[in-house]
Formats: sequence, structure tokens, C-alpha cells
Amino acid sequence: MDKHPEVLLEVNAVETWHGSLRALSDVSLTVSEGSITVILGNNGAGKSTLLNTILGVLEGQPKNGQISFQGTRIDRMATERIVRSGISYVPEGRRIFSGLTVRENLKVGAYIQKDQFSTKKALERVYEFFPLLAERQSQAAGTLSGGEQQMLAIGRALMNGPRLLLLDEPSLGLAPILVRQVFDIISQIRDEGVTVLLVEQNARMALAVADEGLVLDSGELVAAGSASDLVDNAEVEGLYMGALSLPINRES
Amino acid sequence: MLPQVLASGLSAGSIYALMALALVITYKTTEVPNFAQGDMAMVSAFIAYMFLTDFETGFIFAFGVALVFAFLLGVGFEGLLLRRMRKPTHLNLIIMTLGFTLALFGFAGWKWGADQRHFPFPISANEVIRFGSVSISTLSVATILIAGILMLLVFVFFRFTKLGVAMQATQQDPIAARINGVPARAVVGLTFGISSVIGTVAALLTAPLITLDPTLMWDALLKGFAAAVLGGLNTPVGAVLGGYLLGVIENLFGAYVSVEFKSVVAFLIIVIVLWFKPSGLFGRHHERKV
Repeated sequence: MDKHPEVLLEVNAVETWHGSLRALSDVSLTVSEGSITVILGNNGAGKSTLLNTILGVLEGQPKNGQISFQGTRIDRMATERIVRSGISYVPEGRRIFSGLTVRENLKVGAYIQKDQFSTKKALERVYEFFPLLAERQSQAAGTLSGGEQQMLAIGRALMNGPRLLLLDEPSLGLAPILVRQVFDIISQIRDEGVTVLLVEQNARMALAVADEGLVLDSGELVAAGSASDLVDNAEVEGLYMGALSLPINRES
Repeated sequence: MLPQVLASGLSAGSIYALMALALVITYKTTEVPNFAQGDMAMVSAFIAYMFLTDFETGFIFAFGVALVFAFLLGVGFEGLLLRRMRKPTHLNLIIMTLGFTLALFGFAGWKWGADQRHFPFPISANEVIRFGSVSISTLSVATILIAGILMLLVFVFFRFTKLGVAMQATQQDPIAARINGVPARAVVGLTFGISSVIGTVAALLTAPLITLDPTLMWDALLKGFAAAVLGGLNTPVGAVLGGYLLGVIENLFGAYVSVEFKSVVAFLIIVIVLWFKPSGLFGRHHERKV
């Protein structure tokens, strides 16, 4: 098929600093519409920093480089405006509002929706994805289990009706069966037309659903390619997959 | 005698409940009590007084101006003083609120003097309504009603409006709120504005009962603080209940134990609560923000 997918997100030579520490240097990547792209790397490789930089959560960052979304520059824009332009984020550690009910959490997720009608439609869609959340809608979010909280965090991010969904380690701390479920949901979300950019330590699982993959090491991009290439890439396997997917035994 | 004591307790408790609610709303955002809450309300009450006596405007206009002023004072305090601090610690924030209260107190003393002034009010503190064996001043009835209605509105706002829910979300986790598209900074400013307005309503109801001078809200602030500790600094409903409870306990103590030591009750309550249930009667266990 000779189809050129449209570039949705473009990160160009981005450099991010944490105080006097350079957390990202010269990182460039593109995310095409309708794809699942995964960013792999060890703890402290700069994966979360990259997502936070894209979303403008870090004050005064990126120091250098450009980020464009749908052809518009978004670097150094206020987070609220970036979210408004169509990017949603499931942050590290989920960060659900534990004192609010499930429904209220989802309503905060729909903050940028202009009218009640679109909020209601988004809510119905999220409940279709996660029937469990509908069951628990009046329950305080803090009483949910880890897996349920992850569903809530993903559901909340979908309430904006995003074009691009950023996910930071959605499998962290979840039982293997739930991990599989989360990745199934991620594929489903993509099938519904939402582009996904994902940060993961669970490389094997992530590459199984992803189209594209990138590997970060000490803030630098060290490998990039299609997910299947990365799976075959012995170096990536040796460097990142063995160390990262500890529960799975490496074949010798 | 008991119903009479309860009625007086409820009226005093209404003021404490308002102050407690005002404190808790900002406490949940910053995790420090705003010690300037009382004097922000006092200065706003003086603004109403100025319009009533110097410019001879009507009550509605003067009170309206005072509430708008209070709102701006709250937003300004947060935006111009608190937010400018670099990496604020809790101690720094508390000191900033103390500094601001000293500045406001000094300003009021310089502008209006320390004289005790009669505060004109549309409802009399001397007229009495009788309900069976209970006689209660019209001002007390109005205080109970106005405070009750205002607090109900505040709860409806927080619970059922989009902005109110977003405000609660911001109180719990400002960064998570921002990544959901909530303009967290503006929302925090709004929190201080609303809280300042609630405190000012308490001040406008207190001034006609006693007299207006720069110490107007000292007692109310301390009692409001005690009420919030009693009910739970993390729970607005608890703090309000704490306010009513404190009002009633104080009046019971005054009636049956000792009038002279009535004002010690608030302090005793703080001590006892901090000893046995630091999260307050209705508070959940304290959750630290990440």
C-alpha cells in the first residue's frame, strides 16, 4: 500500500534540562497518525522527561529544539493549551484524584469539553471501554484497585477526545493478566483513531502492540525503527529487553 | 434554658463555621492555614463601612463593593504574594500569611484608627424574636440563615459544578489537574478569592454584633481555626460542623460551668483534638501530597 501516513507529532532536536542536569539531548522523533509508538529505555533514561517535555509540564523546557503537533509549534506553550490542542496524558503513577468519585475524575478529564452534550458522549464512550468504571462511578477513586485506577487514568485521558494519547508506563505495578488487558485496550484505542505514544519498561509486551519503537539511553536516542525490527535487533534485545522484562526468561 | 443556650450557640457557631470553611478551602490548596483570613475580612468590612458612612451609599451597594474587594484581595494575595515565592516551604507560606495579616492590621490602624465604631446594618441586634421559650435577636436569626445558605451554595458549587469539581481536583493534585486541561493557577487564585468572600460575609455579620475596629476578626479567626481543627482541616463539611459544635459547646460551658473561662474552651478543644484525633472528628487520615 502506497499510503503516506500524516505526521501528527514532530519532535526536533529537543534538549531538556533538570536544573544543571541535561536530561534529554538532541532527541528527534516523529509520530504518524494512527500509529502506536513506544519509547523504551532504562530507569532514568529520560522517557518520562520526554513526555513531560512534549506536554509542557516542565517550566521553561525544552531549552532547545522544537515540538510541533498537527503542524503547529507547541513547545513552551502552557500545558492547558497543549491539552486543548488535542493531546491527552496518562501520567506516571496514574495521579488520579483519589478524593473524588470515579465519575468526578472523568468529569475533570472533560474539563476542556465545551458543552454537556460532548461530555456525556465522551462519558458513554469511556464506560463502553471500561464497563467496570460505570459500575463504580459513585465510588471514591482512592478505593479502586491498582488496575482499576489505571483504567480510570486512561479513561480520564480519553474524556478530552484527544487525537494523541501519551501514556507513561501503563503496565507499572500491574499483575501480568492486567498488563495484557491494558495493552489490548491500547490497541483498541488506536483502532478507534487515537494515535498513541507510549513509554514502557515492559519492552516485549509494548513492542508486540506497537508499530514504531525508539530506545532512549541517558537522554539520547540510541535506536529507532519499526517495532518488528527492534524485536529482531539483537543489540536492543541485549541492552534493554533482557534487563527490562525481568519476569520473562531470556532465551540464550 | 437549654434551648436558649443552643440557639446562641448556633448563632455564634455560624460565624465560626464560615471562618472554618474559609480556612479549610485554602488549606486544602496550600496545606497551610491562612492566618491573614481574619484581617482580610476585617479590611473588607471597613471598605463596606467606608461606603456606608463616607459615601453614604445603600447597604446592598456597600456590601457588594466589600465582597468584590474581598474577592480581589484574595486573588491578589495569592497571585502577587504567595505565588511569587520561590520553592516555598510550609513555614515560608505561614510566615507570608502572618506578614500579610500584620500589614493589613497596620494599614487598618493607620487608615481608620483603633476607635470602636458603630457598624450600620439593616438588621437590628437588639430586636428580639421569640420562638416559644427561646428569644433570639433578629441579627442572630439572619446570621444563622445567611451563613447556612451561603455554605450550602458553596457546597453545591464544589460538588456539582464543573469549575467546583475542577477546583477540588486542583486542591488534590495541581499537576494532574493541569494535564487534564484545568488552568490550575487561575483556579488556585479563585480558591483564595472565594475563601476571602466567605470570611468577609462572616465579618459583615460580626461587625454589627460587636463594634468595628481592626481587631474585629481576631476572635472569629481563632475560633474558626479551632473549629476547623475540631472538625478536620481536610474536610469542609467537617470544619463547618466543627464550627457549630464549638459555638454550642462554648455556650454550654458559659451557661453551666463558667462564663469567665468561656473563651478558653476553644483552646482546650484544640489541645484535646490534637492529642487524641489530630485529623479532627470528621477528618480522614491526613494524606500527604506527592
